[in-house]
Amino acid sequence: MLTYLPSRRSSITRWEVQVYEIIEKQVFSDVTKMVVVRAPEVAHKAKAGEFVIVRVDERGERIPLTIADFDREQGTVTLIFQEVGKSTMQMGMLEVGDGFANLVGPLGHATEVENLGTVACVGGGVGIAPIYPIARALKEAGNYVISIIGARTQSLLFWEDKMRAVSDELVACTDDGSYGRHGLVTAPLKEVLEARSGEIQRVWAIGPAIMMKFVARTTEPYGVKTIVSLNTIMIDGTGMCGGCRVQLKAGAQFVCVDGPEFDGHLVDWDLLLARQSFYRVEEQEAVERWQQLVRLENVA
Amino acid sequence: MAEFTIKERRQIPRHAMPTQDPLERRTNFGEVALGYSESEALEEANRCLACRRPTCVTGCPVGVDIPDFIVALREGDLDRSVRILKGKNSLPAICGRVCPQETQCEVQCVLAKKGEPVAIGRLERYVADWDLQRGAETPQVAPTTGNKVAIIGAGPAGLTCAADLARLGHKVTVFEALHNPGGVLVYGIPEFRLPKDKVYAEVGCLECMGVEVVTDVVIGKLFTIDELLTERGYDAVFIGSGAGLPTFMRIPGINYNGVLSANEFLTRVNLMKGYQFPEYDTPVKIGRRVAVVGAGNVAMDSARCALRLGWRRAKLEGGQPPDVHIVYRRSAAEVPARAEEVHHAREEGVIFDFLTNPVEIYGDDKGNVRGMRCIRMELGDPDASGRRSPIPIENSEFDMEVDQVIMALGTSPNPLVFRNAAGLERTRHGTVRVADAETGLTTKAHVWAGGDVVTGAATVISAMGAGKAAAADIDRYLKGEKAEAE
Ligand SMILES: Cc1cc2nc3c(=O)[nH]c(=O)nc-3n(C[C@H](O)[C@H](O)[C@H](O)COP(=O)(O)OP(=O)(O)OC[C@H]3O[C@@H](n4cnc5c(N)ncnc54)[C@H](O)[C@@H]3O)c2cc1C
Ligand code: FES
Repeated sequence: MLTYLPSRRSSITRWEVQVYEIIEKQVFSDVTKMVVVRAPEVAHKAKAGEFVIVRVDERGERIPLTIADFDREQGTVTLIFQEVGKSTMQMGMLEVGDGFANLVGPLGHATEVENLGTVACVGGGVGIAPIYPIARALKEAGNYVISIIGARTQSLLFWEDKMRAVSDELVACTDDGSYGRHGLVTAPLKEVLEARSGEIQRVWAIGPAIMMKFVARTTEPYGVKTIVSLNTIMIDGTGMCGGCRVQLKAGAQFVCVDGPEFDGHLVDWDLLLARQSFYRVEEQEAVERWQQLVRLENVA
Repeated sequence: MAEFTIKERRQIPRHAMPTQDPLERRTNFGEVALGYSESEALEEANRCLACRRPTCVTGCPVGVDIPDFIVALREGDLDRSVRILKGKNSLPAICGRVCPQETQCEVQCVLAKKGEPVAIGRLERYVADWDLQRGAETPQVAPTTGNKVAIIGAGPAGLTCAADLARLGHKVTVFEALHNPGGVLVYGIPEFRLPKDKVYAEVGCLECMGVEVVTDVVIGKLFTIDELLTERGYDAVFIGSGAGLPTFMRIPGINYNGVLSANEFLTRVNLMKGYQFPEYDTPVKIGRRVAVVGAGNVAMDSARCALRLGWRRAKLEGGQPPDVHIVYRRSAAEVPARAEEVHHAREEGVIFDFLTNPVEIYGDDKGNVRGMRCIRMELGDPDASGRRSPIPIENSEFDMEVDQVIMALGTSPNPLVFRNAAGLERTRHGTVRVADAETGLTTKAHVWAGGDVVTGAATVISAMGAGKAAAADIDRYLKGEKAEAE
C-alpha cells in the first residue's frame, strides 16, 4: 500500500528511520536549494498553500516547508529552502539519492482559490517558491495575475521564467539593483495599486516576515485584502504544541492548523517578529558547531 | 525454596524502591526509580498471599492475573511470569513505571487493609525489564484471518488495541502523526520517569507480532477515516488519537516569548530530546525563574524537566540554579498529580504556590516575559467535580518576577482526525461520543474509539483498558461479519 513503509527489526531500541528520497536537486544560489522528494501519498493529496514538515535525520529538528510544487504522477513534492540555520545547512548538503528521515503532510489549509478578477502575487526571496503554485492556481481559475518577485540580490532570485508563465504581468526587483528594478517589492506594488485603484481584488504575499509586514502596510490604505503565509517556529504541525501561535486582532491562532494563510491586516507583526527570533542564540550556537564539524570532516 | 506461612508472609516489610538521590538526580535525566534487585523482587514477591479470589485483579483496568505472575516470579519461573503478565498487558515495562497502582490494584490488595500492599507495580516492572533484557519473547499469534484494521494513533490505547487484534490474527496497521510511536509516553512523560528505549522496545514487540506501525501520517489530512474504510479497504477503524490540544489561559500577555504550553515544552525536551541540545537539534530554553501553572502530572513533569535543565546549566556555566514554581489555584489537598510525583518534585526543590492564580503576564519591549501578576484564592463550596472551587480574594493581587511561564492546564482532543468522517459524533468537550461505553463503538459504523480521545486526559492504563475492550468487540464484529458473508 504505502510505498515508503519502513522495514523494522525486532526488539529495536532506537527507532529506525524511513527515507524520503531526493530524486532531483537544483542549486539556485550558495544558500538557496531546491529538492524534489519522493512522497507519493503526500503528492497525491497536496494543494497550493499547504506545507510539509521534514526532519533531516533522527537527531533533527522538525522544519516546516511550504510545498513549492508537486507532481502526482511522479509522486513527488518540490521543496525550496534557504540555508539560514544548522538544519537547513545540513539539508543543503543532501544530494540526489539521499533522503529525509521524515516528511509529514500535507499540513495546514490550502489557499482558497476563486476567480476574483485581478489579483497580485508578491514573492520575496525564498518566498517565491510557495507563491508560485498559488499564482498558478489563481491563473488557472481565470484571474488576471500580476506578479512581483524580489530578492536581496540577483543570485537569490529564481523561478522568474516559471512565474512569468503563470502571470499576465511580472515585475522582478532586487534590493541592490543588481537585476530588474532597484528596490523593494513594495514600490512596484504601490504603483500597481495606484494605477489600478479599485481593480486589484486581492493580494497574496509570501516572504520574510518583515516583507509581509510592509506589504500589508502598503495595501491597507487601499482596503485591498492581503493574504500572507506565515512561517513561524513549529514542532508538530498538528495543533498540539501551540508554539506556532500568532496574535491576530481577534485573539491567538495556531499557524499550523488555522493557517498558514492569514489576513495580513490582522496580524500583530512586531510580536511575530519577536517570537521568530526567540531561539537566535541557540541557533547561532548550533550553526557554529555544525560548521566546525563540517570543517573537521573536510580535513579528515 | 522454603515455603512461607501466611503469617510469615504478612511479616515481611514492603520493600522501598531504590531511587537516585534527589540532589544528584536533579542535574540529570537518568531514571529516578532504579528498580528492584533480584533479591528485593523475590522478597517482595514472597509477601503476596496468592488469594484465591484476588481483589487486586478487580482494580486493574486490563485484568492482569496479578497473584499468578507474582507466584511464578517467586518460584523462579520468570518465563512463565512474563507469559502471564503479557497475556493481559502488552506494555508491562511502561505500566510498571507510570500506572497509579496506589489507586488501582494496590489499593485493593488485602494487605493494604492492615498494612502496606504488595508493591505490584514494582514487581511488574521487574518482570517486564527482565523480559526486555533477554530480547523479549514474541507472544503467540493466531493464524491470519484476512481482516484489516486501521488504528489511529500509536499511544497506549492504539498500541494495546493493535496488540490484541494482531494476537487474534487480524492484519493491523497503526497510523501515527508524529515521527515516533508512543503518544504521550514519548512526547510527554520524561526520560527520568519512563526511558524511551523501554517504549520503543515494547513497540518493537508488537511489530514482531506483525503489527505495522506507519509514522508521519496525519489522519484527516493524508488519509481520512472515510478513505480508510473505502479506498484503503480497512474493515474496521479504531481511533486512539488522544487528547493532545493544549489549553492557554485567557489572560493578557499570553503570547509573549517565554510563555509556552506544557505540550510544547515537554515535546521539545522529550520527543525532540532538547535536553541533549546541541547533540540533538531542537533547542529548549529555561528561564531563571520559571512558573508552571497547574498541578497535574503534566505540571509536575514540566517543573521537574525545567529544574533539571536549569541545574545542568548552573553546573556547566556557573550562576544560580533556577527557581521553579508550581502555581495552583486550589490547595495542596486538591492537587491532581500522583502523590509520588509531588513528593519527588518537592524533594528535588520545586516550590509550590497554592491558592494562587495568574491574572496577567507582563513583557518587556522585546516581547519577552518579565513578570506575572497573580491573585490569591480561597476555597468555597464544592463544584461539579466535587472539589471545593477556588474564589479570588479581592485586592490580593501581587507580582511574581518570572521569565518563563509554562501552561499545564489540561488538554482536549485534536479535531483534525474528524475531518471527513461522516456520522462520527462528538460531545461538546470535543471528545468522541461512544454509542456503547463498554466497547467504545462510536456512532459511525465500523469505527471504535478509546483512551483520552473519549474520556479526555486520563491515564495510560485506562487508555489501554479501552483499547483492549474495543479490540475484543472489533474481533466479535469481524468474526460475525465473516460468518454472515460465508
Ligand atoms: C506529561 C504527561 C504525564 C502523564 N503522566 C501519567 C502517568 O504518570 N500515569 C498515567 O497513567 N498517565 C499519565 N498521563 C496520561 C496518559 O499519558 C494518557 O492518559 C494516555 O497516554 C492516553 O493514551 P491514548 O492512547 O488515549 O493517547 P495518546 O498517548 O495521547 O496517544 C495518541 C496518539 O495519537 C496520535 N494522533 C493524534 N491525532 C492523530 C491523527 N489525526 N492521525 C494520526 N495520529 C494521531 C498522537 O500523535 C499520539 O501519538 C500523563 C500525560 C501527560 C501529558
Ligand atoms: S506547530 Fe505545534 S501547534 Fe502548531
